[in-house]
Amino acid sequence: MSAQPPRSVTLDRRRMLQGGLALAATALAPAAPALSAGRGGRVLLLLELNGGNDALNTVVPHRDPAYRQARPSLALPSDQILPLDERLGLNRALEPLMPAWQAGELAIPLGVGYPRPNRSHFRSIEIWNSASDADALETEGWVSRLMAAGAERRHGIDGIVLGGPGGPLAGPAIDAVVMRQPERFLRRAGAMGSGGSAASNAALRHILRVRSEIHAGAREIEARLAEAPALDGDFPRGPLGRQLETAARLILAEVPLRFLKLSQGGYDTHANQSGRHRALLGELGQGLAAFRMALQKGGAWQRVMVMTYAEFGRRVAQNASGGTDHGTAAAHLLLGGGLRGGLYGRQPSLTDLDGGDLRHTLDFRQLYATAAHGWLGLPRAGSPLSGFAPLDLLA
Amino acid sequence: MRALAVCLCAVTLFGAAIATPARGAMTDSEALRHLLSRTAFGPRPAELDALAGLGYEAAVRRLLASAGREAVTPLPDWARDWRPSSQRPRDMSDSERRAFRKQRREQALEIKGWWYREMIATPTPITEVMTLFWHGHFTSGLRKVKAPALLLRQNLLLRREALGNFGTMLREITRDPAMLLYLDGARSRDRAPNENFARELFELFTLGEGHYGEQDVKQAARAFTGYSLDRATGAFRFRPRWHDDGVKTLLGRSGRFDGDDVVDLLLAHPRTAELIVEKLWRAFIGASPERRDLERLAAGFRASNYEIKPLLEAILLSPAFRSPEAKGALIKSPVDLVVGTLRLFEIPIRDGRRLAQASRRLGQDLFEPPNVKGWPGGTAWITGDSLIERQALLSFVTGEADAMAVSGRGDGKGGERMARQLAGAVEAWLQGLPAAWQGAQAVAWLLAPLPPVDAPLLDRDASSALVRQLLLDPVYQLK
Repeated sequence: MSAQPPRSVTLDRRRMLQGGLALAATALAPAAPALSAGRGGRVLLLLELNGGNDALNTVVPHRDPAYRQARPSLALPSDQILPLDERLGLNRALEPLMPAWQAGELAIPLGVGYPRPNRSHFRSIEIWNSASDADALETEGWVSRLMAAGAERRHGIDGIVLGGPGGPLAGPAIDAVVMRQPERFLRRAGAMGSGGSAASNAALRHILRVRSEIHAGAREIEARLAEAPALDGDFPRGPLGRQLETAARLILAEVPLRFLKLSQGGYDTHANQSGRHRALLGELGQGLAAFRMALQKGGAWQRVMVMTYAEFGRRVAQNASGGTDHGTAAAHLLLGGGLRGGLYGRQPSLTDLDGGDLRHTLDFRQLYATAAHGWLGLPRAGSPLSGFAPLDLLA
Repeated sequence: MRALAVCLCAVTLFGAAIATPARGAMTDSEALRHLLSRTAFGPRPAELDALAGLGYEAAVRRLLASAGREAVTPLPDWARDWRPSSQRPRDMSDSERRAFRKQRREQALEIKGWWYREMIATPTPITEVMTLFWHGHFTSGLRKVKAPALLLRQNLLLRREALGNFGTMLREITRDPAMLLYLDGARSRDRAPNENFARELFELFTLGEGHYGEQDVKQAARAFTGYSLDRATGAFRFRPRWHDDGVKTLLGRSGRFDGDDVVDLLLAHPRTAELIVEKLWRAFIGASPERRDLERLAAGFRASNYEIKPLLEAILLSPAFRSPEAKGALIKSPVDLVVGTLRLFEIPIRDGRRLAQASRRLGQDLFEPPNVKGWPGGTAWITGDSLIERQALLSFVTGEADAMAVSGRGDGKGGERMARQLAGAVEAWLQGLPAAWQGAQAVAWLLAPLPPVDAPLLDRDASSALVRQLLLDPVYQLK
């Protein structure tokens, strides 16, 4: 059952933290691939673990005695852990992801967070969504901010939100639509009017803008889906499975988009966490495994990168209700055929805590920079992420 | 006596800016239309005619004076003397558990349907508008609370004080069983206080981000330990042995504070009134109040000991509410859209549960806010997805047989039958309009705050085709 880690990469801590050093950024950045974002281009799939995933029971520091001390009833027994290296193991509920791990397609950055962490769901997800500092009041999504900074804007839709609010894709600089089911979307888009554009009323202007995005997106999606092959995959029932299935269809149809945003809810496990968390991770693992298989069969797995994110991890110690309260840093999952799998960064200490919480060892914006500048090859000049060094995890 | 005192107070406390309308303000009839679109799920000819002779200020006062404290729609039978199941789901057999969960799902739909029917039937829509406002403020949701009866009880509390006293409502919400479950207070005890409720109490319910510290949250969480539920009745129960009665230090004060003391400290803090004023202002006017208005209204709110009705009166009488820019500047919530449309055309509702399902697809599921922050509202109501759903629903209302808009499925003869009935309702409504309202211009004025953008008004007489065109026009989404 034990898995061979493909390659454990430990980055020099100083370089990791001084994200602002241009030198480090250049040294670590892979050559930006020459990409047209069009047909068959690279895709970034952002998957929100809404509520704040308990990362310590996801990527588990099971060899650390402090782990079991802090979680007398919540610590996973060793038969529920799949070893990743000599110290860390994966929650067994994620077993469907082990083939990807063994193939070197699952990268796990550790201790991801930001300085002066906020423990409110809303404020912290706002920070993650906008890629801003903890004390900045920025509400525009980071993808929109990135596009506003000069990435080539294309006609039609560039992002599709399949679950939850727009989050990273919210904002005026990206043409994104929210869609639950493509056929229904197309039929109804066709029935909508298209008059009017200039309006002095901001609310009306917003409605008209959304409407024209719908029309542009619908034309594009309709044309592509018409020629797309049938989808093959065993997606779990439930909202996440449906979202991943739709995502796979859109990608295989070569709908020219760069960003997909999905959401899995239910991670705010303050009470009776154990069974609930296992079910959530099980759904996540099965869903991502089915997604990977469908894209592999369709020959598109090399051009997709999946990245999980959440407002925070959870507190190290369990609470009195058999759950965990809002915490700070967390491990996340990056998955894709173009990645070099392995553990990245440094697992935060379970004993050197900040008021009961982990101290982050990796800034979340380094993940974004990896995805935006490294993976998608979007220009670094003027980018809100330009001060953050990408991780060297692309194959 | 108290009502009289409040009336006098409203003039003296908030009086400074209310008497003089701004230059270029709306005419009286425009202002009345605007008032009903924001406080009564939209204008209806009979209501406009009834208020027309009064003048705007008297109309506002009459509207607010009418507000009720109880629903007119009878509660579902099972909800009256509901008690929690004596057996926990995990101790049930599989079939018992399935039956139990099925019953809960049905009860959840029933309480949503109950509220929809109440919103449509009520003689005082302002009560519903404000109850919904507080539901978005003191949020609780079925996903977490589970027992629909407790959400219904919370609704009765919010309704009772919807235009009553904010301090009373805040104190009662700290003991509300649904809230105690939603934010984990019910199991919070001295040796391991749960901070969830205390955090949201500071951040969302009273002071707002930036006006307190982590330490305040932790100390307040201690003060609320022991606020719990009675297992047998599901009612509030204080458990003294779970309560931490030690000295706490928060917001610069120290003492053996309990929950009520924390509420008192929060009510004494100037930010609490400001936060409520800002939120009401955004809900009824849009944008944010200018500093001057904010300070004036917040000072009046505190001086009135947090009476809500005079504050709302001051907002509705403020020049900003009636400025020309305010016309159609807000986007209707799904509830505004669904309830307003059904009230306008007097479409009979037998089963409110259908409405609950439709409204959920538009992005507003009653008793199930997206998170503790409530519905973000504003432009967030309109996404690619929700705009398409809105259009589908409205074409259904006007007789277009898109059965999926209501049934959620693509098949269904029931949907088509309903569509025919609805088309008939619009026709009957047109025929029943008073003579003065029958022209195309008058109907367009009634239906939307701004002229249509998709096609100009060419007809002289109103027809169901015209109504359909107007309902599908983007301006119908505005209030």
